[in-house]
Amino acid sequence: MTTKNSISESEFDDGTNVEVKDSIAKSYQYGFVTDIESETAPKGLNEDIIRFISNKKNEPDWLLEWRLKAYNHFLQLVENENIPEWANINHDPIDFQDMYYYSEPKPKKELQSLDEVDPELLATYEKLGIPIAEQKKLAGVAVDAIFDSVSIATTFKEELSKYGVVFCPLSEAVQKYPDLVQKYMGSVVPYSDNFYSALNSAVFSEGSFCYIPKGVRCPFELTTYFRINTQETGQFERTLIIAEDDSYVSYLEGCSAPMFDTNQLHAAVVELVTLNNAEIKYSTIQNWYPGDENGKGGIYNFVTKRGRCIGDNSKISWTQVETGSAITWKYPSVILQGDNSVGEFYSVALTKGHQQADTGTKMIHLGNNTRSTIISKTISADKGVGTYRGLVRINPKAENAWNFTQCDSLLIGDQCAAHTAPYVEVKNNTSHLEHEAFTSKVSEDQLFYCNQRGISSEDAHSLIINGFCKEVFTQLPLEFAVEATRLLEANLEGAVG
Amino acid sequence: MLEVKDLYSTVSGKTILNGVNLSIKPGEVHAIMGPNGSGKSTLSYTLAGKPNYIVDSGDILFEDQSIIEMLPETRAQLGIFLSFQHPLEIAGVRMDQFMRSAYNSIQKQNNNEELDVLKFNRLLKSKSEELNVDSDLIQRFVNHGFSGGERKKNEILQMAVLDPKLMILDEPDSGLDIDAVRSVADGINKLRSESKSTVIITHYQRILNYVIPDYVHIFMDGKIIQSGDKTLALQVEEKGYEIFN
Ligand SMILES: Nc1ncnc2c1ncn2[C@@H]1O[C@H](COP(=O)(O)OP(=O)(O)OP(=O)(O)O)[C@@H](O)[C@H]1O
Ligand SMILES: [Mg+2]
Repeated sequence: MTTKNSISESEFDDGTNVEVKDSIAKSYQYGFVTDIESETAPKGLNEDIIRFISNKKNEPDWLLEWRLKAYNHFLQLVENENIPEWANINHDPIDFQDMYYYSEPKPKKELQSLDEVDPELLATYEKLGIPIAEQKKLAGVAVDAIFDSVSIATTFKEELSKYGVVFCPLSEAVQKYPDLVQKYMGSVVPYSDNFYSALNSAVFSEGSFCYIPKGVRCPFELTTYFRINTQETGQFERTLIIAEDDSYVSYLEGCSAPMFDTNQLHAAVVELVTLNNAEIKYSTIQNWYPGDENGKGGIYNFVTKRGRCIGDNSKISWTQVETGSAITWKYPSVILQGDNSVGEFYSVALTKGHQQADTGTKMIHLGNNTRSTIISKTISADKGVGTYRGLVRINPKAENAWNFTQCDSLLIGDQCAAHTAPYVEVKNNTSHLEHEAFTSKVSEDQLFYCNQRGISSEDAHSLIINGFCKEVFTQLPLEFAVEATRLLEANLEGAVG
Repeated sequence: MLEVKDLYSTVSGKTILNGVNLSIKPGEVHAIMGPNGSGKSTLSYTLAGKPNYIVDSGDILFEDQSIIEMLPETRAQLGIFLSFQHPLEIAGVRMDQFMRSAYNSIQKQNNNEELDVLKFNRLLKSKSEELNVDSDLIQRFVNHGFSGGERKKNEILQMAVLDPKLMILDEPDSGLDIDAVRSVADGINKLRSESKSTVIITHYQRILNYVIPDYVHIFMDGKIIQSGDKTLALQVEEKGYEIFN
């Protein structure tokens, strides 16, 4: 077999499916639907829909062509029944014709300030705990909020533009910076990478674009809140972040969605590119609706996230806290191409009730002296099933590559499960790899020990869980870390004891 | 302080306690000695309210109040402390965080002031200095990689910080070197007072040279079969439990 210089999400296989049974889920705090008239394309997936989306976005020909190529690739995969089944997850077949691929809140007019934003939208943000109006005043955070498929409000734009930082909806970038978009979009995750990236490339309708020019340390943490709103609308965002030589950016992504009956598909693509000495830190809190007590109605989250350290001495770091979704299928990865480049992956994934998560990372070492670190913490409660799936590949030309992998599992109760599937491919013997793993169970005896000291079982669980996740939480920006802690605690309420 | 009345209890379908009677007044020190497997730890767990230790009959009164229906944390908050024969490890949770959480839970329940990190750490530091506990230990995960002796000392430190009314010590001296027995005993003595009571479960009379008991009870087959003063412990040491059969 020849050595590959890139990777594909379809490379994992050998997943064993696990049966999911009934359980009790905590009612979802953020379950509500905003009543805003949507402009929605008819259900179904075909060339016309793709042309409709492209037309709506006023896209150049090359982009429409690219979408259509992706669509044809997707059709081939469907025809050959090449729908991924290797992950350790289980779900009913998705009917791709029974979904909407485009919707947007009706634009009233050009928005000059937040005052002009639909108050109902703003109220929705308030409910989600995202007071944009306040965030405008609060220093340090620029928000490009995605509501359904169209960006509504972008703040701090002026401030950012002083530094030459571009942070805008992808559709705007297509108009304003077509060369950059054309050069990099699909360069890290080609449309042909996997089933869901093909689908995304065909029908994506929104996303974020971020460009950090040479020598600039982005002064704010850039934040995007994703939100799925229209019933049965598949969400296909694309994010593209480009960090030029000697630049730095920290990017935060957080989300939450309302309660629905029908499973919602979410297939995003995120691409990161770092040039010489550049660094991107990408943090995610994912808190989508996991489904009701019967496991019904939760979000299906099939995401392709990947970064390419093109430049020497560059660095890409993924940190994720995954607590939501009925199904999570996600492997934020790094291609370490430049010499001395660094890739990091820090993850906490919680599954409870009927949730299933199959997540991990891939570190592909191509350059010399490349280093990667993987810290994965899987927490399973109730009947949750958590799987870590990771790949570390050292290519023949990568001299002195280094990897440290630690994947730990914490089991709460005895009906949940955790699996680890670490794959290692070493083709250069100057490399150094270390692997650690342990599984711990919150035992009755440990709980009693805490109780005997006056600590309630609930407090004991949050002590143990926060301890378990600490190495990951310390990687998060402070506010996010606080939020992550709160989220885990809220999610485990009632699931333990 | 503590009144155990004709207590029968069952673990995993097996009856272990067979009618225990025990009465402890404030300020008293009671020692319990008995062969392996006779049910001493079971008694301490039953007093502390460990789940699955089911009281079949009899009662436990703490300060004239029946506690058998109470959760273990409620009993702890009332002032019952159990120093475990085998203290548990909790990887990932630091001693100081664990202790502050315990301390504040108890303070809160008793409407006393909860302490912030700084104030609590000051308290913890002064207690650990008083008891000669290596200050490194309180920065480490709870009992994680602690030696046997360190675990026992750590139990005493926790007891000192939580300042309970009833101290139940399940073999605080086993596995300790001679100096450590002395320092654990010193620690216990520092906490003794007119208003507090102590129960020491032990196999050796040695610790009783330092923590002098008012009563010694011989525990066999799930109950107390004989009680006496400290000389009873010397008899056991000399002749074993044969003589009580
Ligand atoms: N969970 C359990 N299931 C079954 N049997 C148990 C359980 N816990 C205790 N026992 C049994 O109860 C009996 C008393 O045990 P216990 O630990 O109370 O003895 P002990 O007097 O403390 O002994 P030692 O001096 O060795 O510490 C033993 O026979 C033990 O095997
Ligand atoms: Mg015992």
